[in-house]
Amino acid sequence: MEAILALEDGRVFRGSSLGKVGHVGAEVVFNTGMTGYQEILTDPSYRGQIVTLTVPHVGNTGVNVADPESAKPQASGLIVRSASKVSSSWRSEGDLDSYLKRAGIVGMQELDTRALTRHLRTAGVLRGCVSSDGLSEAEAIEIANSTARLEEQDLVAEVSCASPYEWESPRGALSGGPSEALGRGKQVVALDFGVKRNILRLLVDAGPRVTVVPAHTRAHEVMALAPDGVFLSNGPGDPALCVQQIETIRELIPQVPIFGICLGHQLTCLALGAETFKLKFGHRGINHPVRDESSRLVAITSQNHGYAVREESLAPELVVSQRSLYDDTVEGVTHRDYPLFTVQYHPEAAPGPHDAWDLFATFMKMMEDRRPLVFPERRQLA
Amino acid sequence: MEEMADQQGLRKVLIIGSGPIVIGQACEFDYSGTQACKALREDGLEVVLVNSNPATIMTDPDLADRTYVEPLNREVLTRIIERERPDALLPTVGGQTALNLAVELDRDGVLERFGVRMIGVQRQAVEICENRELFRDAVESVGLEMPRGLFATTMDEAVRAREEIGFPLVIRPSFTLGGIGGGIAWNLEEFEQICTKGLDLSPISQVLIEESIVGWKEYELEVMRDHADNVVIICSIENFDAMGVHTGDSVTVAPAQTLTDREYQLMRDAAQAIMRAVGVETGGSNVQFAVNPADGRLLVIEMNPRVSRSSALASKATGFPIARIAAKLALGYTLDQIPNDITRETPASFEPSLDYVVVKVPRWAFEKFPATAPDLGTQMRSVGESMAIGRTFCEALQKALRSLETGRYGLGGDGTKVVDSRRLTERLATPNWQRIFYIKHALLEGMSVSRVASLTGVDPWFLSQMEEIVTVEGRLRAFSLEELPRHLLRRAKRLGFSDRQLAIYLGSDEAAVRGHRESLGIRPVFKRVDTCAAEFEAHTPYLYSTYEEECEADPTSRKKVIVLGSGPNRIGQGIEFDYCCCHASFALRGEGVESIMVNCNPETVSTDYDTSDRLYFEPLTLEDVLAIVDREQPDGVIVQFGGQTPLKLALALKEAGVPILGTSPDSIDLAEDRQRFGALLKELEIAAPEWGTARSLEEAQVIAERVGYPLLVRPSYVLGGRAMFVCWDESSLEEMMQKAVAASPEHPVLLDRFLEDAYELDVDALCDGEDVVVCAIMQHIEEAGIHSGDSACVIPPYHEEVRRHESAIREMTTRLALALDVHGLVNIQYAIKGGTVYVIEVNPRASRTVPFVAKATGLSLARVATQIMLGRSLAELGISEPKIEGAVFIKEPVLPWARFPGEDPILGPEMKSTGEVMGVGASFGEAFLKAQWGAGQDLPLGGGAFLSVHDRDKAALAKVAADLAELGLGLVATAGTAKYLRESGLDVEAVFKVNEGRPNVVDRMISGEIQLVINTPLGAPSFYDERAIRAAALQRHIPLITTLSGAASAVEAIRNRRGNHLEVRSLQEYHGS
Repeated sequence: MEAILALEDGRVFRGSSLGKVGHVGAEVVFNTGMTGYQEILTDPSYRGQIVTLTVPHVGNTGVNVADPESAKPQASGLIVRSASKVSSSWRSEGDLDSYLKRAGIVGMQELDTRALTRHLRTAGVLRGCVSSDGLSEAEAIEIANSTARLEEQDLVAEVSCASPYEWESPRGALSGGPSEALGRGKQVVALDFGVKRNILRLLVDAGPRVTVVPAHTRAHEVMALAPDGVFLSNGPGDPALCVQQIETIRELIPQVPIFGICLGHQLTCLALGAETFKLKFGHRGINHPVRDESSRLVAITSQNHGYAVREESLAPELVVSQRSLYDDTVEGVTHRDYPLFTVQYHPEAAPGPHDAWDLFATFMKMMEDRRPLVFPERRQLA
Repeated sequence: MEEMADQQGLRKVLIIGSGPIVIGQACEFDYSGTQACKALREDGLEVVLVNSNPATIMTDPDLADRTYVEPLNREVLTRIIERERPDALLPTVGGQTALNLAVELDRDGVLERFGVRMIGVQRQAVEICENRELFRDAVESVGLEMPRGLFATTMDEAVRAREEIGFPLVIRPSFTLGGIGGGIAWNLEEFEQICTKGLDLSPISQVLIEESIVGWKEYELEVMRDHADNVVIICSIENFDAMGVHTGDSVTVAPAQTLTDREYQLMRDAAQAIMRAVGVETGGSNVQFAVNPADGRLLVIEMNPRVSRSSALASKATGFPIARIAAKLALGYTLDQIPNDITRETPASFEPSLDYVVVKVPRWAFEKFPATAPDLGTQMRSVGESMAIGRTFCEALQKALRSLETGRYGLGGDGTKVVDSRRLTERLATPNWQRIFYIKHALLEGMSVSRVASLTGVDPWFLSQMEEIVTVEGRLRAFSLEELPRHLLRRAKRLGFSDRQLAIYLGSDEAAVRGHRESLGIRPVFKRVDTCAAEFEAHTPYLYSTYEEECEADPTSRKKVIVLGSGPNRIGQGIEFDYCCCHASFALRGEGVESIMVNCNPETVSTDYDTSDRLYFEPLTLEDVLAIVDREQPDGVIVQFGGQTPLKLALALKEAGVPILGTSPDSIDLAEDRQRFGALLKELEIAAPEWGTARSLEEAQVIAERVGYPLLVRPSYVLGGRAMFVCWDESSLEEMMQKAVAASPEHPVLLDRFLEDAYELDVDALCDGEDVVVCAIMQHIEEAGIHSGDSACVIPPYHEEVRRHESAIREMTTRLALALDVHGLVNIQYAIKGGTVYVIEVNPRASRTVPFVAKATGLSLARVATQIMLGRSLAELGISEPKIEGAVFIKEPVLPWARFPGEDPILGPEMKSTGEVMGVGASFGEAFLKAQWGAGQDLPLGGGAFLSVHDRDKAALAKVAADLAELGLGLVATAGTAKYLRESGLDVEAVFKVNEGRPNVVDRMISGEIQLVINTPLGAPSFYDERAIRAAALQRHIPLITTLSGAASAVEAIRNRRGNHLEVRSLQEYHGS
């Protein structure tokens, strides 16, 4: 069945349908990772976005129950060059197209995804509409233009859990790497702004009890759980909209060791007075080099963010600990006075390289020491 | 830039190349060596380069400060180190040859003695990778697994290992190149056979007997590490063929297609851990893995702590220049300090992301080795490869298949039928060079993907993609060209179908399909290889075609010329032509003209993105080339440097209105067409052997009557003397005619009077239409009748009789070049017999000997030829005939017999060599000695010499035998020859022939009593006896000489070796630059 993608600036791409027949309007972004489509689809941070994968063949290994990063696909839509009709993997439990249909996700394939990526790179992120239900170009362009911008949507509320729960599952098979349970006996409270499961799995592997609480949980409610450390999760949308969460974090900072990832990083910086800004086309992929500013070592990281922290606006008590080698943007900060560190990228990977897994151990040590971090204590030379 | 070198205390670095092109070690090390030379010199280092292979770009005197074209052995290297005193040695860009040599130099204390540091890798890491036990320890130390395996140094130990592990078993001899001597044993007989041979071939008499993981999925990761311990994966490669087929013989795909992220990341972790455990401090490595498709169990297979064939592929597949970066890392840079040339703004410390699919397909030469079954196993057999880039696997696969130039224009459907339906199941189950077409056939016949998968071990994902091709083929067949719906045509093009394939399905012809397609507006676009999946802007125009919406070719409006490359390496067309194409590109840039390269061979320097201004990584077919021409609108196209590949396109390109630079396609055709060429020779009053053309045996017999025997029989329009034979009488004519007709059925067979015992010569010359400069006259050592590519040749001619005719040859060359209106290069083969000079062949194009001549004379012929094509004259360029004084240059072919143990290792009119070396010396003897060393023949200083020659050669043998005796070798011969030599007063020991009794000559060879074998074939088909002798010589590494002229040369070399101190000199010294 034919499908079109219409962008808000009027550019239209033609292809064929994938997943549910219908139409959807959302911000269109691209991800350059060559593996991990199921993790990407189920990552709550993609809420409100149509994801274009630059790797041409997608769906080759099918889908399974072990790889999702949340309970269901979260992206608004999926755009690929070629979706595999068959799945070939000993772990496969179904094919991509049926998975998308079941989840009610509109997709599109057989279009020039490289041309689309180049367009987004030059024009910046755009709103778009994918239609496989016969909308005319004009109708689709109209929908693209009337779609709510990310800055207008409270996406965190949509993806956060409704009530607190304990997370107990470790990473399990096919995860690799030894894990030292440094945090045994400790209590971590994870604020769920759209947390990826692999973060929770890695936390559990590091030893502590992990209690996940909804995004709207107040600081005193968090502290009532007697945490040894608080984890601030990733999540979708514009960080500046999370006013209540920013307030919560501001109150937590002096009280408890904190580790934040992605949105958690942005909110922490905002809580300490910094500003965030929207990147032209974001960082989405699993090959992003990040240099640790004190060790000078480079980690290849998994990234998924459309916003970044403006370095000039950082409070003096925050030190830029890590930086992107692609565009020099801030990839991590540490606090001079409090046990707090955050990273913009995704050390939990899933998908992506495991180069920064040791940040979870760093968090455990920081909970133990309850002292500001002197970066880095990570990545020992083999 | 120079600061880094200073910090590390480095001024001068020695780079070792990989030597001659052999199966398993080809142009990829020219690519890597060239990149390394450039990278080091950028940093202000003085580079000393050693490589015995003159056909390489890396041995161009411009690329290093000192270039030694000398044999790669310890003795020579020690002399060079003593002379040059480099601070460091970079051994990681010259394949296993360089690595082994570096380890030897280190172990023997040579490096320490002269204060040379090894950079890029440490000896210990090399030793770990080469020693399976140490490697297993390293792998297990980081919690990873290898296949279960045991070492054996005797048959008894081998049997114990077999009993413990059980069949099927993989047997790998230790320390052999490219897995020589290894194999898979399914039963006792195979087990004994492979173990015996393996123990023998291993220099340390050791074989590894391993659990077979045949049928598992095979992957490779290309890894880079810097001294600060940053590790990145440049590329993942998935083998289409399952475990059991050597990677070099597998169809491979990048990036990996059938791994989930979890599985891929585990593999990535494993590669990093192994890199650290083995202790590869800096540079690139390649780690191979096997994955059980049933449960994902991951096993480590092996690791190469150096740049490899796969890294060349990965570099071309990703745009990340692995060898260049490895050289920089060896100097002490970290990855984040090195910029990514393609994006300019991002550093090399990242992992390339691909938004296309790359497929590599090997090219084999089984047709030249008829005694060898065309099956594939753990020993590499392919001689070359093509790579293609497409947006999908199907597109890339079909492009790669048509890039091979094996008459296939995609995945079948091109009018060629190789499939024998009765053998289908067997041909699917046994890996073989045509298997991909059998798979296609099986799918066409309706065999299910799962059945094909279980027979072949190929992942169902790849098969289902191929099924898509088959399905579309079926739909296409239902239409004629005019009725074909546009959407189906577009779909077919997006699946990589060529116009030629479509023409067959649609009952039309290629030109009509193209015309119709273009009229529907279906044309390819060009996308860029940019390392980053379009995330950043690409500044290097490295392009591939595909059927999509947006074109990124963005051609310039500069004056521009397209150079057509030579495609995959094959016997008869190899690196020599890539050398010429690169020089054409350099010359164009030098003249301010934009150079555009088109080629599909990932091993080469020509497919480096910085060799030319623009690079199109595309098949060299008319369709693909026309599409590029259409897009670029070049001022000219150069076809004379890429061997037969572009020449075959010349006429069609000209007809399509494409401006061909240099010698006109008509002149090229004139030289190739026997009738037209014969008339020209008559007109010029130049002698040629009597000849005729025949399409049948009857016609051939008439010609034989007129011309007389012996006759040289050959098909026209074939490469490298394919199916070329010498017939000595009528009975052999019948057989040979049959073969010749079969090799090229659409063209007549050529019959020439064969000039027995003639001197053969090769001449390379330059002509601008007005003047001619003879660049070199080369005398072949082997007599006429042996393919020029397999014959050693010498500059300057060394025989008095030949020298007498030099001026006549110059004069004939001038007349022929002018008569053909050559603009550029011309190669002419002559024979001298009975005081007459005969023209054998004229090729108005770059020849195989161009790089050799360039190295010997210091004149860059290909560069000058390009300048001529751009309109410059020889006079204006100040080019005159180079003078060779005080030195002898010998080009020696290198033959792949060890890879084809069933073949009789004799030379003939059909070319069999894969590569060449050059020997240089003050005298013929010294040059020949070095040439032999370079080719791996270590001539003896004592011991026994076994002599057995054809009656024709007996007279000449007496002199050789007397010389050998004088040099202290004991003479051994079979009764007849012994009797003959005794009559000349020589002391000869007689031995039994193989079938005469024991101990016979082969027993004596096995017992180590024979150090040199001189055996000229007693006529075809040769006797069992002779074959046994030659096979034994090959297996025991006993120097084997099969021509008498070769034997006389060997005498000179041995004499030289006894008397002289070894001298080495760089090309820069020879040519005073």
